[in-house]
Order: sequence, then C-alpha cells, then structure tokens
Amino acid sequence: MELTGAQILMECLLEQGVDTVFGYPGGTILNVYDELYNYSDKIKHYLTAHEQGASHAADGYARSTGKVGVCFATSGPGATNLTTGIATAYMDSSPVVFFTCNVTEPLVGKDSFQEVDITGIAMPITKMNYVVHEVDKLADIVREAFAIARSGRPGPVLVDILKNVTAEKAEYEKLPLSEHATRGRLGKLVGRSSNNFKSPDPDKEDIDLLINMINGSEKPLIICGGGVVRSRASEEFNTFVNRCDAPTAITVMGGGGIAGLNPHVTGMIGMHGSQASNMAVDACDLLIAVGCRFSDRVALDPKTFAKKAKIVQIDIDRSEIDKNVKTAHHIIGDARKVLSVLNEKLGQQAHPEWKKYVFSFPTETEYDDIPGKLTPKQALRTIADLLPQDTIVSTDVGQHQMWAIQHFHFDYPGQLLTSGGFGTMGFGLGAAIGAKVGNPDKTVIHIAGDGCFRMNCHELCTEQYYDIPVITFVFDNSTLGMVRQWQTLIYDKHYSQTTLDRGPDFVKLAEAYGLKGKRVTNVEELREAVKEALEFGHGYVVDIAIDIDEMVRPMVSGGARITNFLAI
Amino acid sequence: MSETKLNTLSVLVDNEAGVLSQVARLFSRKGYNIESFVSGSTVDPAITRLTIEVYADEDQIKLLSNQLAKLIPVHSVKILTPEISIRRELVLIKVKAPAGASRSELIQIANIFRASIIDVSIGVLTFAIIGDEDKTQAFVNILGEYEILELVRTGIVALERGQETIYDKTKVKGEFDYGKNVL
Repeated sequence: MELTGAQILMECLLEQGVDTVFGYPGGTILNVYDELYNYSDKIKHYLTAHEQGASHAADGYARSTGKVGVCFATSGPGATNLTTGIATAYMDSSPVVFFTCNVTEPLVGKDSFQEVDITGIAMPITKMNYVVHEVDKLADIVREAFAIARSGRPGPVLVDILKNVTAEKAEYEKLPLSEHATRGRLGKLVGRSSNNFKSPDPDKEDIDLLINMINGSEKPLIICGGGVVRSRASEEFNTFVNRCDAPTAITVMGGGGIAGLNPHVTGMIGMHGSQASNMAVDACDLLIAVGCRFSDRVALDPKTFAKKAKIVQIDIDRSEIDKNVKTAHHIIGDARKVLSVLNEKLGQQAHPEWKKYVFSFPTETEYDDIPGKLTPKQALRTIADLLPQDTIVSTDVGQHQMWAIQHFHFDYPGQLLTSGGFGTMGFGLGAAIGAKVGNPDKTVIHIAGDGCFRMNCHELCTEQYYDIPVITFVFDNSTLGMVRQWQTLIYDKHYSQTTLDRGPDFVKLAEAYGLKGKRVTNVEELREAVKEALEFGHGYVVDIAIDIDEMVRPMVSGGARITNFLAI
Repeated sequence: MSETKLNTLSVLVDNEAGVLSQVARLFSRKGYNIESFVSGSTVDPAITRLTIEVYADEDQIKLLSNQLAKLIPVHSVKILTPEISIRRELVLIKVKAPAGASRSELIQIANIFRASIIDVSIGVLTFAIIGDEDKTQAFVNILGEYEILELVRTGIVALERGQETIYDKTKVKGEFDYGKNVL
C-alpha cells in the first residue's frame, strides 16, 4: 500500500497502540497535522498552550500509565521549546517519543525560517535520535524509536522528520508489534551481541552472592530507587523488603516503589531525608540499592556515604555501576526480574534490634503551628485525608515537592510524578494533565509552589478546554522557598531575587481560565476547598497561604556527610 | 584513586551521520579531553572503527567504556592497553632542507628511522614515518634540530596482539549473555 510519510507515521503510531498525542502544530509539521485530522477518530490530540506543556504532559502520561508518551512539535522554536521536557524525561528515565518536523530537504542547512539542528541540540538528553531524510525509512525508524524508548532503561527518543518526507509516498506494510524485532533496523539491533537496551536475565552467581551477603548481614538497609518504579516492580519489592526484614529508605524517584505504610519504610533519604533513613545509612553493614544511581542528592558525600557497609547495586544500566559510589557487588538486570529471582531463593530474615535502632529516629518531621497560616504538614495531611488513597500526585520542584514526598505516602508505581533528576520547575501542571488523560478514573492533583505555578500556569487553558479536572494546590509563601531556605541557612539571609511579592491573584487567574479557585489560610477552609473542588469536577486551584520562612527539614547541605544535619 | 594514564579505546559504531559527534560529545560531556580520535571504515562498510585516546585512571576508563557501550549506535568497545596491543601512527613532516650537508644528514636520519621521503622540492623535504608515539616523537625531536615547516599526525590506530579481535566475546561477564528476553 502506498502512503504518504504523514500517513505512515499515523499507521506506525497505531501499530504501537498509541491513541493519545500531546503537541502543538506549526509550518513544517502541517502535513502530519493534516493527517491527524483524518485519523482523529483513532488518535486523540491534545493541544497545549506551549510546547513545554505538551512535553511534560506526554512525560506525565508515560510515567503514570507505563506506556510510551508521544509528543509532536514543529521545527525551530517549537522543537527548542521541547528541550526542557526532553531533558526532564531523560534524567528520570521516562519513555517518551518526541516527533518534530524540520524544513524541507532543499532548505536544510541554509538557516531557513524556523530551522534548527534539533537532533544536535537534543543529543545529550535523548537515549537516541534520528533525522528522517527518506520516506521509505520512516516506518523502520519509528518502530526502532518506540522500542528504544520503552526497553532496557527507558528514556526519551527524538525523531526529526523533514517536511518533504511527510508528503512523499512510500510502500507501507502493516507490521504487528510482536514482529518489529524481527525486521529492519530493529532486527539488526536486536541481533547485535552487545547493546544496553536489552533486558538481561540476572546472573545466577551474582544472585547467590547477594543471598549470602543478606544472610550474613546484621544491619541491612534497602534503598528503593526510581528503577523499582520504572520496572513496575513494587509487588516484588514489597516481598523482598518483608523477606529481608530490613529498614527501607526511598529516594525521590522511588516514591510508589513500595507501599508507603509498609512498617519497614524509613522515609526519604538524602539531602532532605528523614533522620531514620540517614542515620541508618551511616550505621548499616549492608546497603542494597535497587534502581538507584546514588545522585548527589542521595549520596551527598560519596566518601563517607555508608562507609561501614558493603554496597550492592541492582541496576539495569551497567554504566550506573560504580559511577557515583564504589560498590562491593552488583547485579545487572531489570528490577522486577532480579527481585523475583531473589525472592524465590531468599529465606525469611529477622532484624528486630537493628530496626529498633533505626526507628528510634523520627521518620517524619514535625512542624509548629503558626496562627493564621497552615503548616505544610497540616495542609498535606488535610488534603490526603479527603482524597482517595490512590490519587495521583504530580509536583513541581522545590519545598512543596519535598513536603509532598515527606508527608504523603505512595503505594504504587506511577502514583508520584515528580522531576527528581532534572528538577524542572513548571513540570507539575503539564504532567498532571497527561496523567489525568491517561488515568481518567483516578483523582489527579498537582502540588505546586507559587514560583513554579507562575512558570507554566497557562496550561490551565488546556485543563479547561478538554475538561481535565486536575486540582492544583499552590503552596503559596510568596517566595522561591527552597532558594530562600539556602539563603537563610548559608547566605546570611541575603534574599536576593527570591521574594515573589507580586501577582497574579491565583484565584482570579483560575477564574479567568474559566475554572474555579479559592484562597485558604487554615485547615477548615482548606477542607472546604478540597470538598468543593471534588464536587466541582473540573479544574480547580487552591491557593494555600504558607509562612514565608517555613523550611524543609531535615536538611543536610550538598557534599556533607549524610548525618550532618543543618536543620532537623 | 589509581594513576591517570593514556588509554586507547577501540570502538565499533554504525557508519551513519551524527554518530561521530555523538561519541565525541560523550567525552566532553563527561569532562574528558580527547587526545586522539581516528575514524575509518572496516571490512563491513556499514560499520566504522574508531580509535580514541584519552587520559583517565582505571576506574574512569571502565566507566567511560560502559557509557560508550550504552550509546545505541555503538556495537562494541574494547580497552586496548599498550601491553596487549600494537599501536601505529603516520606522521608527515615538512622540513627545510637547503642543498648541502644538512640535506644529506636529513636523508641519513630518515633512513635510520625507516622514514620515507615522499616529496622533494627545492629546499624542502617531506618525510613520512609510521610508528608508535615513542618512535615518531623521537624522529620529530631530531628533525627539530633542523627547521620543521609543518607536521601532521593521523592519530594512533591500534589492534590487539595475537588472535584476539574486537569481535570476540571477551567482555565482562553478563555484558553479552543477555538471554533471550529481548525488549
């Protein structure tokens, strides 16, 4: 069957089971959008206010559903507007395929209108990228792009298609997903002896060695990293933790990897980790990190990090082993596979004394009440009490993000959507929209700071237009709270350019977008607002007054020993 | 930390646009300066072989090769230490050689080093020498006594000694035997 490039692209999306696309049209991608018009009964396109919003929405869709997210943008500024979203997905290993179109072949390299070398720009922030020059290669490349995005350690892939390719015709043969790996580029790639996008079976000797180490350990500690979430391994991980009877700390990316109320959970680890987690790191004799890359926010000082312990790393990506901290042992493999093999072989352990020691330190931070203002903990507890426990929580970046992770508990992979690696302010609203689109039956909330919300609040129009009922909670302290916190503790209270004593009025803003909003200053008002938002059933913004000097505690400064608390 | 030394990496990659910059950028992104970067075709025209030299300690070079192996267009990576590999470089050197004693001296030196004279013009000789960096550098040092007008190096290419090749499955445990559960 002879089809145009744009038709082939649509057919390839259908091969992958894609029914949802986020994007923004423009000159070079017109042919694709023209075809989208014909395919609108099969593929639903969500038009955002800005390409960045589309990129985060596709990312949030991917993180919350476990499927590959898809995002469209045009050439030039359309493509460069995606870059923050691509980098966000890359740092957190989220599978998204980004399609951009570029200028037509004769105009390439001539600084033509809206021309940019987007694959060059995106090279360090994509797992793989392609420029499609020939229409007969398009289907093959799209198939490979999806396979690479979703397999091994997932990640974003960029496909840049020249405009003429979308109009030219080529022979297209429908190929079921199960046969993709047998043909073309992907067939060759799979046939290759070494590449890191395969899903290796864990090595038996490696497994046995770890079993011995666990049997020999008196003070084991487990870290739940983002890999547990990406591999959807929470069930296996819960079993493993219970079997080891070991305290378990959670990284920012690991939220949802283990049931939040599992009695082994010590809370977050690292810079804003709980005292229990961080003290346990210092005292343990065996540290098993699952899908965790020991970033500088976890292993603040690699030299003193878990220095009494043998560190064992379980990761699908070989290049993460020994990258940030030196390990005694590692197992390469998908978390789910490795854990299920471990669970088969591991006998029940018991560490009552060790747990007693670890849990003698607080797993949560207490905050003093401030009259006329809500404390973060009060606010989050109130919200959590009124919402279903399976509510999907998307956050922006900063104090509110840390508070949300500290005081909510997450039970399943994809319940917490947060930009842990790249720390993208403005991520949350787009991600929440994507998550709600992918999970229409679940309640989706967006926790933001006033700084973050101001960055991408224009996506409220997307919420309104498609009636995507996300509830946004703005933790409004009229400052860039996290930066202010550093300024308070480390920069002699020089509040340089962090005070946000300015508009807009977020309630009026919500109303301007055709939504509703409410400002709250105490628990009772907040409770009312949450109820009203749930009843309203459309997008809603709750503006929560928080004290400007409220801090995230505990805090350990960057590069310091993990127990060296600057504030507790 | 172990000591930093010059390492040679041999890398097989897809012969496609953008792959060289992808590989080269990995080094700069991770904070390494490439000392030498040579690219050329192999028996299979679809595959290019790169020989890259970089200063790093033992841990760093392992991490780098793992990072390289992770790039999708990279087929295989091998660390070639000087002990197990043969290394060669071609250097072309243009030297001022006026007729007379110095000209015949230069020709004698070239003979001793088994360098060849590949171009002769009035007052100028151009030499070509093949060898590892010790040999070529020794030759260049001696020519430095005369007047070198310009020189160019191809960069080091290297192969493993003996029967072993980059195509052998001699990699770290688990790197190849990934099982059948692909994708």
